[in-house]
Amino acid sequence: MSLPTRNLSFAIGVVITAVFIGAAALSLVWTPYDPAGIDILSKLRPPSAQHWFGTDQLGRDVLSMIMAGGRNSVGVALLSVVIGLGAGVPLGLAAAARGGGVDEFLMRGNDVLFAFPALLLAILITAVFGPGAINAIIAIGIFNIPVFARVTRGSARVLWTRDYCLAAQVAGKGRLRISAEHILPNLAALLAVQGTIQFSLGIIAEAGLSYVGLGAQPPTPSWGRMLNEAQTLTASAPSLAWFPGLAIVLFVLGVNLLGDAAHGAVHEP
Amino acid sequence: MNSGVPGAALLEVRDLCVSLGGAALIRGVSFAVNAGEVLGLVGASGSGKSLTALSLLRLLPAGASATGQILLRGEDLAAQSPARLRAVRGREIGMVFQEPMSALNPLMTIGEQVAETVQVHRAAAPAEARRLARAALDRVWLRGDAGDPDRYPHELSGGQRQRVAIAIAVVLSPALLIADEPTTALDAHTREQVLAVLFDLVRSAGMGLLLITHDMSLIARTDRVAVLHRGRIVEQAATAELPDALRHPYARALIQAAQLEPRRTAGAGAAAAGAGAAPVLELRDIVLDYPRRRRSLLQAPPALRAVDGVSLTVRAGETVGLVGESGAGKSSLLRVVLALARPQAGEVRLLGEPFAAHAGNSKRLRRAIQIVFQDPYGSFDPLWSVERLVAEPFALLAAPPEAAERRRRVAAMLELVGLRAADMRRRPREFSGGQRQRIAIARALIIEPRLIVFDEAVSALDVLLRAQILALLAELSARLELAYLFVSHDPAVVRAIADRVYVMQAGRIVEERLQRA
Repeated sequence: MSLPTRNLSFAIGVVITAVFIGAAALSLVWTPYDPAGIDILSKLRPPSAQHWFGTDQLGRDVLSMIMAGGRNSVGVALLSVVIGLGAGVPLGLAAAARGGGVDEFLMRGNDVLFAFPALLLAILITAVFGPGAINAIIAIGIFNIPVFARVTRGSARVLWTRDYCLAAQVAGKGRLRISAEHILPNLAALLAVQGTIQFSLGIIAEAGLSYVGLGAQPPTPSWGRMLNEAQTLTASAPSLAWFPGLAIVLFVLGVNLLGDAAHGAVHEP
Repeated sequence: MNSGVPGAALLEVRDLCVSLGGAALIRGVSFAVNAGEVLGLVGASGSGKSLTALSLLRLLPAGASATGQILLRGEDLAAQSPARLRAVRGREIGMVFQEPMSALNPLMTIGEQVAETVQVHRAAAPAEARRLARAALDRVWLRGDAGDPDRYPHELSGGQRQRVAIAIAVVLSPALLIADEPTTALDAHTREQVLAVLFDLVRSAGMGLLLITHDMSLIARTDRVAVLHRGRIVEQAATAELPDALRHPYARALIQAAQLEPRRTAGAGAAAAGAGAAPVLELRDIVLDYPRRRRSLLQAPPALRAVDGVSLTVRAGETVGLVGESGAGKSSLLRVVLALARPQAGEVRLLGEPFAAHAGNSKRLRRAIQIVFQDPYGSFDPLWSVERLVAEPFALLAAPPEAAERRRRVAAMLELVGLRAADMRRRPREFSGGQRQRIAIARALIIEPRLIVFDEAVSALDVLLRAQILALLAELSARLELAYLFVSHDPAVVRAIADRVYVMQAGRIVEERLQRA
């Protein structure tokens, strides 16, 4: 990717991501209407000056629901990335630092986790603990762990062969300390890039889980459930499906553009 | 200045100037190469040696412009059309580059690559091109299996690849061959083979050879030497009269630094080289195996023996060399010396105590040994400041110094190795290769070890820098009673600085010799 292209896609990515996160943050203090406020009299209104995105079958304001649903998407995706980073990075660092049997054990465990269908585990978790946003976070977060563990291990193994890591060993530093002082800081940029990729995948996963009813439960608005509810009304009120669908696509696109540009900057400085 | 007779010279360069982006890089270079003669073009890195060679073939980097005359048998190449120049390249002037790995196409057999040059220049039938290629491979002594034209570059050793590159350059019997550091990437043994091939071609075929190098063992075999300094030729002289014939101070310094005569000064090292001083490092019958890749689930993979029963001793204040070709097991042995790898058998004693990776005394003993690495670029964490890097070995102390004290000691150490105290706030990438090597030495010295190991640490530097750093090390050794272990593939470097040299081959020490006359 040439530099101007990269800068352009970075700018577009920043703008889209900022708009969505800004709207989600704003929904914490203000939305045009109460996203859970039912008003049967004004149900299924098309987009207008009062209701920019129209209203749904219960008369709720779609724009308010999109804003509040974005909060849910961002929260779930972000926390699941945090879980993935928090567990995956130490595992990857440990596998790279210890090598041998520890490495083998951790990475084969990772493979098992990788091979397990994400949706099946989410269903399992919700079957045991009941559906909800927290359980969606845990289910998506668990699948972020092997991704971060692999990325961390692969790059850390390369860094371990650098002379400065040998020099640190000669300076009497233990593997834990070298991992913290030399390996991790040099991986930070890479992990940030992987984090944006996992974040956008998390948005899609959250939408998918709540679409099948395993994510956030009513009355918490979520884009996936809005799509689900709009399904039966596509003939009479197609805009009900468009807005949450567009929100998912646009937000993921924005985050991906951001991640791609950052990826390019890290790998071809 | 020019010793060649005009008109008789094979190649005569008159007042060549090259500039790139407004900066004059070559400033009025004139020299001549006669048939059957070897001219050595010598200079520090960045003096314009390679650029001079490239401008002879008009292969300049984008944005560069050249003026001056390049007369090949009286024909001015600088005034010729691109088509004519393409005919000259490879046909009348052959070129051999430094890096034999990247000069060959990995997807073509060596026979095809040599034959390609023939077919570009002559409308030769494929069979005729193959015959010429075969003959060229014979001329560079690639015979039998090694010279099988159907082999691919990855099946050949580094020296064999470089000889294929020479075969490509000489297949059409050019009148002039330009070789840019043709042996730098090779170890001592293969270097001899490649040089023998090159000089044989010059003597037997009457070819002119322009040899670009900074290696004195090559300079000694040239007929004449031209010394390049900041884009100018400051001196030319017949090699036989070196170094006395040189009057220009830079040329003298460069040639003398490059000569690397075995050291004769009886310093602290020489005194200690007798049996008197206590051993700092002792290795007894070290054996180190690496597991090979497992091929079968049931059978344990056979081990690869990297170090096979090595014993050696380094005494206080002594400078010891360890020489071996690549793959001889030097790096593996180093890992054992530094207690980064646990040997299968044998013992490492540091200051008379057993030294092993996780022993209780390892942290205290580590204080006695430090290392300077080969690559001054890879040996520093790019994110750390020089202060933090140099102070890193303080981790070995039970009570590392406080911030102010640490800064004072880092500053003192930087000044000791000839850098400025203010440099401690900068990052490693802001320094040149030679400066980084000094930072590495400062890092090794800061906890006052008894032994410093140099892993190829000086072979990557050009001669003047190398001389400066070696002088610094000799002074420190005398002052601090430091012992050095120099590990290198280049016997010339080690011979110049070591009191004793161990020669390693295929995991064993095959020779130990005293250096001093």
